[in-house]
Amino acid sequence: MLYREAGQFKSSYTSDQQIFPIRQDRIGIMLLLLVAFVLVPGMADEYWLKGILIPFLVFSLAALGLNILTGYAGQLSLGSAAFMAVGAFASYNFMLRIDGMPLLVAFALGGVMAALVGIVFGLPSLRIKGFYLAVATLAAQFFIIWLLTKVSWFSNDSTSGVISAQEMEIFGYVFDSPESKYLLVLSIVTVMALMAKNMVRGAVGRAWMAVRDMDVAAEVIGIRIMHTKLLAFAVSSFYCGVAGALYAYAYIGTVEPEGFNLDLSFKILFMIIIGGVGSISGAFLGSAFIVLLPIFLDVLVQDVFAGLLPPSIASNLQLMVFGGLIIFFLIVEPHGLARLWQITKEKLRLWPFPH
Amino acid sequence: MKLKTKLLLSAVAVSSVLSSSAVLAQANEQFIGLPSYRVGPYASGGSGIYGGWIDYMNLVNARDGGVNGVKLSWEECETEYNTARGVECYERLKSKGASGNSAFMPLSTGITYAVIDKVAQDKIPLVTIGYGRTDASDGRVFPWVFPLLTNYWSQSTAKIKFIGQREGGMDKLKGKKIVNIYHDSAYGKETIPLLDVQAAKYGFTVVHIPVSHPGNEQQSQWLRVRQEKPDWVILRGWGVMNPTAIKAAAKIGFPRDKMVGVWWSGAEEDTVPAGAAAKGFITAGFNVAGTNYPVIKAIQDKVYKPGNGNMEDKARIGSVYYNRGVVHGIIAVEAIRTAQEKFGKGKVMTGEQMRWGFEHLDIDAKRLKALGAEGFMPDMKVTCLDHEGSGKVKFQQWDGKQWKVLTDWIDADKSIVRPMIEESAAKYAKEKGITPRDCSKEG
Repeated sequence: MLYREAGQFKSSYTSDQQIFPIRQDRIGIMLLLLVAFVLVPGMADEYWLKGILIPFLVFSLAALGLNILTGYAGQLSLGSAAFMAVGAFASYNFMLRIDGMPLLVAFALGGVMAALVGIVFGLPSLRIKGFYLAVATLAAQFFIIWLLTKVSWFSNDSTSGVISAQEMEIFGYVFDSPESKYLLVLSIVTVMALMAKNMVRGAVGRAWMAVRDMDVAAEVIGIRIMHTKLLAFAVSSFYCGVAGALYAYAYIGTVEPEGFNLDLSFKILFMIIIGGVGSISGAFLGSAFIVLLPIFLDVLVQDVFAGLLPPSIASNLQLMVFGGLIIFFLIVEPHGLARLWQITKEKLRLWPFPH
Repeated sequence: MKLKTKLLLSAVAVSSVLSSSAVLAQANEQFIGLPSYRVGPYASGGSGIYGGWIDYMNLVNARDGGVNGVKLSWEECETEYNTARGVECYERLKSKGASGNSAFMPLSTGITYAVIDKVAQDKIPLVTIGYGRTDASDGRVFPWVFPLLTNYWSQSTAKIKFIGQREGGMDKLKGKKIVNIYHDSAYGKETIPLLDVQAAKYGFTVVHIPVSHPGNEQQSQWLRVRQEKPDWVILRGWGVMNPTAIKAAAKIGFPRDKMVGVWWSGAEEDTVPAGAAAKGFITAGFNVAGTNYPVIKAIQDKVYKPGNGNMEDKARIGSVYYNRGVVHGIIAVEAIRTAQEKFGKGKVMTGEQMRWGFEHLDIDAKRLKALGAEGFMPDMKVTCLDHEGSGKVKFQQWDGKQWKVLTDWIDADKSIVRPMIEESAAKYAKEKGITPRDCSKEG
């Protein structure tokens, strides 16, 4: 009843081509952004901002990057964490070694470095596919982490191999309070998510999807395979690189190469599988599921069941419930949470008269 | 659908009731947040250390009624030894309790690095006992960080001293060859510069051989050891790398009593999986194993007899990790006591007062005896300048069933370590724009 586009006529090309063609969607997104930008910084306390929302946004961005590569272009990758590491270490070195480097430019250059590395490790995708490609990207994961540990120049010769992110300053304003950090991350993530949404709707995204669905057919209709695949690697790595820079600068502050290990790559892959492969909102839903649910379970177990359970069971219980929920959601909806949301929307359109 | 909503509502109701009752009880309690890890690859260490620590705090509450009447309270937060989760735990625990978290001790170098800048802002002491950022021993640059008892560099010098002792004097080290087998990570590489400095000083040669993570395949490395024919092997291992190295040494016939491990190589979890091959293996440690100490006896008596013990497997009481947890408990409680002596007995200490307590921590031999921990851990005295406070380690040898203490406390060679710490700390201060404190002005 409420969610129905009846009566909304598109009378111009612009209105037909806008990102959210349905008015209710537009209002919903506006409200969401309003809440995220205005209400949340005012209401949420430091723990929520620093401990929960910033990592959620950062991992959403990384998942978004992987989703472009895996979900839209169909190239399986296990190197997302390594590309995040490239972004983090590159931004750090740009800030360190170039005087007066603006922060946002450093983030962007970090992303560009990650994109270049992504292109190099994307080259095998021109010859190999599927699981074999996953193995090739696995090489990126191990090689990059090894290189960052091995060559101490990357970490400015720190004995322990860690880098400590510089202060975040844009036009003289120092981003040090949790609210300002959150707003900075949120702005970057919002802009990049809108860019991604537009990219996948346009010619580039259609080429990616054509390659994903059948690359021979895509080549026959005139899509340049090499160009398309490498572009997917570059864009995806750029997103991961910026996410890595934000992870280092806005969230952790001090990072070591080991922090970007294979576990993190798998985690990002799980985010898009659970959230929805080939969907922008899926990256956010998946990140929320993988990042927030373990924290929620831990709070629940430590606060509510404190003292009732032996400690080892309390900790392992979280993992069991978490694993159980993953299986449950994958059985209920193999296409991910984003698909569940889509079904809800379709049902809402017919509600309250489904027949 | 309805059932689900009901369940959810009742869960929320239960949680709100419970949390409100918890708030009431906190009024006069000193809160310590425990970022523990009981799952994941290092769960065996985490469950032992945090178990021992909780048992000691239970002992203090049960036997003494807390510290001068202030009961200790705590809450665990599962980090899975994961840095991102650790930061979340730090934020979650930091404002709990009557005066916030008293001290943050994550038992993970990654988490330590991640919160080093945050603790100074939030005014919470970051205490890392036997791990963490080595150059934080310079308290002038790192007022909020306490890498207590000993750091990797100090320990490395103590190891060389121990090897010198065994050879019959430091001058006998001349011409000897030592192989350093290390975990190829930031952690493993940390002692390389230090070993090189000592090799130049004492005239021995040192060969560094990396083992890539996780280290369950070391054939080529030990082949190299056989070619090098070293007099001693230093094992700077971690996790599964340790038993693998011990077994590989047995295979090529390298004597295990010429192998010296770091303390992350020196628990039952490292030797038992290696079986008979581990017999004779030597390791450093800032605490010893065994139950034959009054403090452990008191825990068994006052905590486990009434059934309040934290460990499910009681056989692990007295293991290296468990005792290390008790050391953590002792240090945290003694810091609270020290702070109370200055700021008022029977009061709940704030983070700033706790920092003062850690900085003036003085656990001498007499105090250790009173605590029932004589010989269990080294005596220590922290100052503004020196946030390490001790630097002493003991060496233990695995006899096939348990650890046997081999030496008395061996001091670190501060003349080598301290200048390197100050140099590294000064570099950090410059990079971060920190002006080091003047310690002569600190009260």
